[in-house]
Order: sequence, then structure tokens, then C-alpha cells
Amino acid sequence: MIVKLKVKSPKRKTKTQNLKLLALSFGFTLFVLRFTLAASFAQSVSSTELIRNAKQYDGKIVVYEGEVIGDIMKRGDNSWVNINDGNNAIGVWISNSLAKEITYTGSYKAKGSWVEITGIFHRACPEHGGDLDIHAQAIRKTGTGKIIIEKLNIGKRNFAVILIGALGLIWILTLLKSK
Amino acid sequence: MILRPRLEDIKIIGFYLGKIIIGLGLTMLVPILIGLAFQESNPVLDFLIALEITLIFGLILTKLCFTEKDLNWMQGMIVVSLSWLAAMLLGAIPLWLSGHWKSFLDACFDSMSGFATTGLVLVQDLDHMSYAHNFWRHLIMFIGGQGIVIVALSFFVKGFSGAFKMYVGEGRDERILPNVISTSRFIWLVSIVFLILGTLALGIVGILNGMKTVNAFFHGACVFMAAFDTGGFAPQSQNILYYHSLAFEIITVMIMILGAMNFKLHYHIWTGNRKEIFRNIETVALFITIMITFFITAIGLSQSGTYPQAIMLFRKGFYQLVSGHTGTGFQTIYAGQFINEWNHFAMFGVICAMAFGGSVCSTTGAIKMLRIGIIFKALIEDTKRIIMPERAIVVQKFHHIKEVFLEDRQVRTALMITLAYLVLYALGAVVGMFYGYPFLNSLFESTSAAANVGLSCGVTSVGMPTALKFTYIFQMWAGRLEFMSVFTLIGFFVAVVKGK
Repeated sequence: MIVKLKVKSPKRKTKTQNLKLLALSFGFTLFVLRFTLAASFAQSVSSTELIRNAKQYDGKIVVYEGEVIGDIMKRGDNSWVNINDGNNAIGVWISNSLAKEITYTGSYKAKGSWVEITGIFHRACPEHGGDLDIHAQAIRKTGTGKIIIEKLNIGKRNFAVILIGALGLIWILTLLKSK
Repeated sequence: MILRPRLEDIKIIGFYLGKIIIGLGLTMLVPILIGLAFQESNPVLDFLIALEITLIFGLILTKLCFTEKDLNWMQGMIVVSLSWLAAMLLGAIPLWLSGHWKSFLDACFDSMSGFATTGLVLVQDLDHMSYAHNFWRHLIMFIGGQGIVIVALSFFVKGFSGAFKMYVGEGRDERILPNVISTSRFIWLVSIVFLILGTLALGIVGILNGMKTVNAFFHGACVFMAAFDTGGFAPQSQNILYYHSLAFEIITVMIMILGAMNFKLHYHIWTGNRKEIFRNIETVALFITIMITFFITAIGLSQSGTYPQAIMLFRKGFYQLVSGHTGTGFQTIYAGQFINEWNHFAMFGVICAMAFGGSVCSTTGAIKMLRIGIIFKALIEDTKRIIMPERAIVVQKFHHIKEVFLEDRQVRTALMITLAYLVLYALGAVVGMFYGYPFLNSLFESTSAAANVGLSCGVTSVGMPTALKFTYIFQMWAGRLEFMSVFTLIGFFVAVVKGK
């Protein structure tokens, strides 16, 4: 989405002031464009690529996609979320308002929300003691996640019952032998 | 002439092995309870199956090999080495059944890594693992750290003189209390008290860091077990980086150092002899080697320019260094960063730290501080002999709980074990290079496996060659048992084949 600013200049304003306003609005449009285009068209980078070529991506805006896993750890106005793309999980520093997009976090009993993060990548974050992380600027949910309902594995259950029988038999035999 | 072992030897070994297997099986009740508490039905079944198989094996062995005879040295050593192999195989059953490992060999790799308190992993999709399986991964570190045989000695075996032989076979040659059973129980007492304190501390920090209360304490308990037993597993795939917390890192550093201390030293501190911590040769050597290896690592990191701020360099460099030196293997960086971001000099510092290890009679692996201290003292003694007049009598002492005169026998033993470790480090490095891995990567990973550390620079992966997996399993096993019981087992098999 491209945001354009329409500036109405008062009659009394001089030509120079008008030019300044135009330049400002142009700059702002470019600034907004930078992030919207990055989010819309940039291909997401894998965690392996980010870790392998961390120097190349350091300080740049990247798009990273994956499943939110574990806890959402609130720290003041921001939170830490860890996002796993299937190879590695990377820590994402995100504002609490953006983190609201996340419905589920991955665990044994849940498939976490799948999100696309646009943010600044740090090879060694100066704000967070040298962690390799991403500071999120935008989040887009690409998968909702869900609660996983566990189904009892009948094969395992039957095998456990057979083994209990075998164990009981051996136990009785050992008792008889010792008598 | 080599004597072929008698049937009686095999019966005695089988009987005590069976007892230890039963003891190990009963520890599987803990993850069953965890699974029931978190309503995880399939994981409970996994552990029930593993428990039943373990008990069946244990019962059959104890009944077939029933004896009332005590162990001799050879039998004690073999029981220990076989117990660790049995623990690996039986402990891997619930892991494999969970579906998080691609093969039974991979599950065995992680099982040995856990029992030997190494921390190298081949687990898949750890972030979706059940509480029960995750707890088992950390519990086996706790059991292995104290010593599998210690568990049996403490809870399942009544006092007998063969106990000390098995205790020594697990790489511990110091008795804290006159009775080895009391020693085992003291080790458990220390560990349980620290477990409660450590879990509380890490749990509270977890809550303050924004974790859910249940998760905070679950992670607290798991991370404590892995830190105190210098293991290195963590409940999430990012290891300690998952928490993004300085407080968490500080607490784990303290626990790792506590875990790297001699249990005998713990005993003296507990009984009020706090000065010992400043005088003991092991704590002094640990402090000096940490400083030297960190200096090397810091120079390397400043050369590489990865961490532009000193505080970042200290936080990342010191954490990995202490983690490596204590044999823990916790990481706050990704495995690939060692190779891509750290330069060779920094990695050399960490390799040296891993190779040195912690204290004897602790949960760490590697050469260990007492031996490093003894070798250094022997070097000073020999230098003095050269400098001083020929008639001068040179006597060297060191302080380890009490003042001890340095004897040639101690120096020879320390040098022999050091040499054996160096050969073991080299073995894995050579196998790694054979499969095409670069020298430094191979040496790093090999030292990590043999010294039971667990730091990884990326060599350990599901796709690595099967022979390398076997090599690392052997290194973890031999490194944890400090060779004697492994050599005895090899000798036993030679005697079976070639004996008369």
C-alpha cells in the first residue's frame, strides 16, 4: 500500500516553504514505501541463511517467516517471541501491540501461529547483549495455528499391555523359583 | 598367559548389572508421573513400554545370574562399563518411541549424550516435545552426572564392599565419607538441595522474564539439572538463547561453576571449612585456566570484530568459555556462529577450556583440574631440581583438602590420564577429517564429545556419517568413565576370545 500525503499550503506561505513541505512529504512517502514494499514483495530469508551470512544482513531490513514457539515473554512495552522456520528458531523483539496478532504458540499440544516478520536483523544486537535477533517493525499472520488434540496410539497401548503380562509372568516365575 | 573368564565371573557381572538396570528402570516412573500431570497419554505409554522392557531385562539377569558373592575389581569395572551401555540402549527406548529422533541410533546418541552429561543433540523438532520426554532428557543428565551406579548404590543396593569398586569405575576415586554408600547419599543430598534452590531461582527469573508460571518452573528444573550436572541440554532448540535474559545467564554460570566443583570441596564448605575454596589446588587451577583461556578467546573475538562493544564481547565470550570449561555446553550463540563469526584464535581458547574440564569427583568430564595442577607442580619441581644444587632436596606440596606431598606415582597417573584424553580428542578429530570436515571443526566437536562438554560448531547433525556418530558415542562413554572400566571391558573380551 502506498501512502501519499496531500499538503495544502496556505496562501501566505512563500514558495520556499512550499518546496520544503513538498520535499518532506516526498521523503515521508519514500519512508513508508520502503517498509510496505519490503513487506509486500521481499522474499523471506531462512534462519540458516541469516545465521550463515549474518554479516551481510546485519542492520538490514529482512523478512523472516516461521512458527511462534514457546512463551511470549513480555518485557515492558515489548516482548520476546521465538520464531522457528523449521531449521532454527530466532528471537524476535516485538512491540506488545504487534504481538497481539499471535494466537497460539507452538508446543507439544499446540501448533503455533505462523507469522511473517519484517524487521531489522542484528548479527550482534547492541541493545540485547550481542544476541542474534530481529527487531520487528511489522507482523503478518500467515497461519493461525491450532490446539493439537492427542489421539491415543492403539498400537503402543496394546504393546504396553502385552509387556505388562510378560513382566507379570516373569515376576511370578522368579517368586516361585526363589521359594 | 591370559585366563579365560569363568562362568562365575559372568554370573556375578550379570547379577549386579541386572540390579542396576532395575534401578534405572524405576527412574522412568518420574517421567510417567510428569506425563500424567500434564495429561500426555502417548508419552506415558512410551515410558511405560520402556519401563516394562527395562524391568524384564533386569529381572531376567538377576534371576539367571543370581549370586551372593561380592564383586572383585575386574568385575566391578565391567559392571560399570556395561551399565552405561545398557543405560544408553534402554534410556533411548522412550526417546525413539516419541518420534523426535530419526533412527534408534540417533536416540542412542542423545541418550549417551545425556547420561554422559555431554549435551550434543540429534533431536528433531524439540520445540514440540512433550513435557514427559523433555523431563527425561534432563533427568538422565542428573542421573548420569551423579553416576548411574551411584543411583543404584544410594537407593537399591545395601552396603557391600564391591560398591567402592563400582564407584571408582565411574571415574571417581575420592571418598568423601568413609563409607561409599554414605558418600553416594551425600552427593545426592547436595544435588537435591541445590536442585530446589536452583529451580526456585531460575523459575522466579523465568516468571519475571514473562514466562508462564508452570513453564518457568519446568524450565527452571530442567535447566538446573543440565547446568549442575554440567550436561548442556535445554528444553528448547535455541538452548539458553531462548530466554534472552542476562539474569538467567548469570544464574546458570553460577550453577555451572558449582557443578564443576569437587563434591569433597562441597562437603568441606558445607561443614564450615570455607577457606578451602581459596586454597584448594583445583579451585586455584580452575580460576587460572578460566582467566587464561578467556584472555585467548577475548583476543580472538576482538580481532574478529563480531562484538563491537566490550560488554557484548564479555557476555558472549565468557558465557561460552565457562560453559565449555565446566563441561556444560550451554550456548547463547548458534552453532554456526562459532565457525562464521568467531575466528580461529577464539575457538582455540574454547577448545583448550573444554579440554581442561572441571574438578575430579564432580560431574564434569575432561582432563580435570587436579591433574592439570599436579602436572604443573611436577613441572615446577623438575625446574627447581635443575636450578638448585645437586645436593638440595626438592620437595613439592599441593593443597587438596589437606597438604599433600607430590609423589611420582601421582604425576605418572595424572600424565597417563591426560595422555589418554589427548589421544581420545585426536581420535574424533581424525575421524571427522576423514569424512571431510575441516581440521578446526573436527577438533572442536571431537574435544566437545570426549570431554563431555556439548558445545557444537555444527558438525553434530542428523546427516553426519554413521561412523562419526559411533565415534562420538564411544568418546562420550570412554571420556565419562575415564578409561579404566572401558579398558577393563576391552581386556575382558580379549580374554574371552584368547584366554585359556
